Amino acid sequence: MTALLQASGLTAFYGDAQALFGIDFELNAGETVAIIGANGAGKSTFLKALTGLVRSRPDQIRFDGQSISGLPPGEIVKRGIALVPEGRRLFASLSVEENLLMGAFAQRPGPWSLQRLFKLFPVLEQKRALPGTALSGGQQQMVAIGRALMSNPSVLLCDELNLGLAPIVIKEIYDALPAICAEGMTAVIVEQDVSMAQRMSRRIYCFQEGRVALQGASDSLTREQISQAYFGV
Amino acid sequence: MVETLLQGLLLGGLYCLFALGQSLMFGVMRLTNTAQGDFIILGSFAAIAGMNALAALGWNNGFASFAVMLALLPLAFGFGYALQRWVLNGTLGRDPLPSLVVTFGLSIVIQNLLLELFSADPRSIETGGLNTASIALPAGLAIGVLPLAIFTVALVATGALQWLFNGTRLGRAFRAVSDDKEIAELMGLNSHTVYAFATAIAFVLIALAGVLQGMRTTVSPADGPLLLLFAFEAVIIGGMGSFWGTLVGALLLGITQQIGFRIDPGWGIWIGHIVFLVVLVLRPQGLFPKTRG
Amino acid sequence: MTHAQVIRSTPGSRAAQLAGLLLIVVAATLPLWAPEDSRSPWMREFVEIACYFIFAMMWNLLAGYGGMVSIGQQAFFGFGGYVMLMLGNFAGVNPFVAVPLGALVAALVAVPVSFVAFRLQGGYFAIGTWVIADVFRLSFANVSAVGGGSGTSLTALRGIEKATRENVTFWIALACVVAAITLVYLFLRSKRGLALLAIRDNEVAAESQGIDVRGTKLAVYVVAAFGAGLAGALYFVGNLRISPDAAFSVNWTAFAIFMVVIGGIGRIEGPVVGALIFWALNKFFSGYGTWYLMGLGLLAIVVTIYFKQGLWGWAQRRFGLSLFPTQRTLRL
Repeated sequence: MTALLQASGLTAFYGDAQALFGIDFELNAGETVAIIGANGAGKSTFLKALTGLVRSRPDQIRFDGQSISGLPPGEIVKRGIALVPEGRRLFASLSVEENLLMGAFAQRPGPWSLQRLFKLFPVLEQKRALPGTALSGGQQQMVAIGRALMSNPSVLLCDELNLGLAPIVIKEIYDALPAICAEGMTAVIVEQDVSMAQRMSRRIYCFQEGRVALQGASDSLTREQISQAYFGV
Repeated sequence: MVETLLQGLLLGGLYCLFALGQSLMFGVMRLTNTAQGDFIILGSFAAIAGMNALAALGWNNGFASFAVMLALLPLAFGFGYALQRWVLNGTLGRDPLPSLVVTFGLSIVIQNLLLELFSADPRSIETGGLNTASIALPAGLAIGVLPLAIFTVALVATGALQWLFNGTRLGRAFRAVSDDKEIAELMGLNSHTVYAFATAIAFVLIALAGVLQGMRTTVSPADGPLLLLFAFEAVIIGGMGSFWGTLVGALLLGITQQIGFRIDPGWGIWIGHIVFLVVLVLRPQGLFPKTRG
Repeated sequence: MTHAQVIRSTPGSRAAQLAGLLLIVVAATLPLWAPEDSRSPWMREFVEIACYFIFAMMWNLLAGYGGMVSIGQQAFFGFGGYVMLMLGNFAGVNPFVAVPLGALVAALVAVPVSFVAFRLQGGYFAIGTWVIADVFRLSFANVSAVGGGSGTSLTALRGIEKATRENVTFWIALACVVAAITLVYLFLRSKRGLALLAIRDNEVAAESQGIDVRGTKLAVYVVAAFGAGLAGALYFVGNLRISPDAAFSVNWTAFAIFMVVIGGIGRIEGPVVGALIFWALNKFFSGYGTWYLMGLGLLAIVVTIYFKQGLWGWAQRRFGLSLFPTQRTLRL
């Protein structure tokens, strides 16, 4: 079975500084894959490269059999990859509802709509007219996820969903993920919490200094293997 | 005194039209168009040229001026779109210098081009008497029909712009791309196109302002820079990020200048500048900075 | 252990310093060796271009190094000119002595002006400074003692013989040019100068390192105002007649921007190259009036979009030249 999303020897640069050194990555339809690693390991950069926010070399990323390297982010969204960015990054001048509507800008057909999102995250319906930034961290994260879902993606990329959130809120968010992925959504989640990552995903990649240090099935990797790959000791 | 206030308000309406385009361009893409005033004057002269052409064809009454104005608006839209897409988009970025230098260069090119084509003599747009007609009000006051019309246009334009921003898909796109260009592009927005639309709309306002200015008074090629300063002052006094704020700022500037002109013709503009500087020192964010909702 | 050296000059810069010294000697003796009929116009032309150059140099310091793009430096240019004239006409001060005094007063007035101007940033700072310059213009236009809107003449030099006046003006212009270049060069090589570069690159990071951002910016603004005032005072000593529209015209800044952008912003050589190109263009094409100015405008636009570092910057990248190095290279 050919992978839905595939990276081969992916390299990425910030100006002259190289951030990714040849990442090989595979994502199959319907599965949830987690990426773990220390700060600066290149996890966020990898997701940005997948969505076109960071340039990659030609033919290093293939989606649904076609190369998407070098395409602008707008094009990639239209093809069905959506990103929930690190730090939420809601639009400050827009209300909650308008933020969600922006997600639908690409007008991809699919099951997700405002109504469906409000069923998933009821608190957002109450606060729909408020500016996005007036919400708590956890609620903002819900908006960010909802915004990504509004583009009806086939692949959802989540960058550190629980950054800066209280544990009880984190649970609330992660409880919603199965509902999202139940309909065959393919997802990649970048996580700092290793045990959370193992629980939520089927396979794990561990990044270290811009390279893949370890990969395997979530339930078969041991503590030692993971900490070795994580810290490079 | 009431008459001075009234005249100041009506003058402020015109200044609002000068300022809306600037407010829009800065709000959406942080671009300071130092050629704002010169483009307005270009609009005036374009209308004058249009009038001359129509007169040569035998049509030269007051209605001709409105026909020219209507024809000018879509032209201005296209011109603004092209200018942003192919010249100004290349100057955007964290450094404000390139956009400043390029628009400044455009300012010089426009002034000298107009000088070459029309000479330095002041001209105006023939309105068939509209610019001298007036309406009588109670208490012996009178206001000009044209200034009142300009004020009304300013009100409508401000309301329309505010509605565009808050109630339409394009307005959402403007606000989104201004908040976070990278994430907006992630949503499928093409920032280059969005910026071009913003400038296109700004230029419609510029053309409108130019034609009305040419009807109200005489224009000459070197008038641009002063109009830029007025537009800028209106935006700062009112507070950035709000079109109604720009209107209020423009009205205040108009009133201040009129009071100054009454005291002494040489001091009108000076007093406007001083009030602007005072507002800048005491309340740098303006009177009505960006409010949500 | 390898011995690391900090290199502060290049072979090119040392050669340039020598050439520069030679040029100064040659120029200073010009009144002695120049042919009779071209002496006067050459000297006058030099004084004029010196004013443009000093003004551009200071604008470059403010914008390229200080990161503050101003369209209002002409406020200090005209102010320096008027102060010189007032000291000469009303206070009996020798106008040649009044030139640096005018610059000094301009620098002093820059301090309260900065309280207002620094409220703004970026593009709006630029236009705000233009408003302030217009306030200066309108203010002086309403002072009848200096001729109001139509201006007045510098009467204090009436008694001096023409040749002497022209010679002294020329030498002072030369001295001002050398002083301006030296001042800027030394400032940038100093600790303050390094602080400036740090601020330019990342203001927040610089502040966290303990750099007094506001103080440094104020220092640059005052130095730039001094230079602008110097250029203005010098210009009107040469011109003998001042008016608000001439003194506070935005064209001064327009030409400065042109010179700096063409030459390359943020480099000391930039204004030098730009001034030379400007002088050459002026010499051959200014007869074309409006078309010439349109050409200048278009050239500035094209260079800004396609040659972001200016022509000298492009040459520096291409050939690695540097005549006024302010960088320190670490050679291991």
